[in-house]
Amino acid sequence: MARSTWKGPFVDGYLLKKADKARGGGRNEVIKTWSRRSTIFPQFVGLTFGVYNGHKFIPVLVNEHMIGHKLGEFAPTRTFHGHSADRKAKRES
Amino acid sequence: MARIAGVNIPNQKRVPIGLTYIHGIGRTSAEKICAKLGIPDSRRVHELTDDEVLRIREAIDKDFQVEGDLRRTVALNIKRLMDLGCYRGLRHRKGLPVHGQRTHTNARTRKGPAKAIAGKKIASK
Repeated sequence: MARSTWKGPFVDGYLLKKADKARGGGRNEVIKTWSRRSTIFPQFVGLTFGVYNGHKFIPVLVNEHMIGHKLGEFAPTRTFHGHSADRKAKRES
Repeated sequence: MARIAGVNIPNQKRVPIGLTYIHGIGRTSAEKICAKLGIPDSRRVHELTDDEVLRIREAIDKDFQVEGDLRRTVALNIKRLMDLGCYRGLRHRKGLPVHGQRTHTNARTRKGPAKAIAGKKIASK
């Protein structure tokens, strides 16, 4: 179910502060974060986030189309390399 | 024969049913259009006067996105997701279900007909 509109978009507060600092100071710094649940805000555009996927931090460069999505949507948590049977079938043919 | 919203030529069905032949108009929207224009549900499409056909056309043009335009918007929305590299886009790219359904079994609508797995042992009795 979608989130109620009256609550507004969710974001972890510390991310906003970090984003402000990154925009004010030195650029091109990856903001490492575990907050996959945070909505991407307009003020995040142009920043790079290192979004944790349970294994490592995936660099995500935010552009204006990403606004409204969650950070986690851009760092997949699963890796699928195909099934072993597929590989066997390919070798035989 | 009434020609509404470009290509669609519904036949001698009742008006609300005939309108659903237009891509982007279902039962709900069709009934809404009829109610707005005061066309009774029991009227057949071939019984419509030219004026009524015109008014239906105008109502659809004004309030609905249909056929080619609608298809284009949907395709663009999907394309946007795919270009973005977000999770939903990845699912579209791989032709897998987008809304979190299981793929262990089922999901045949998205995955297409089942492919035989090479080298899988067939259970013998």
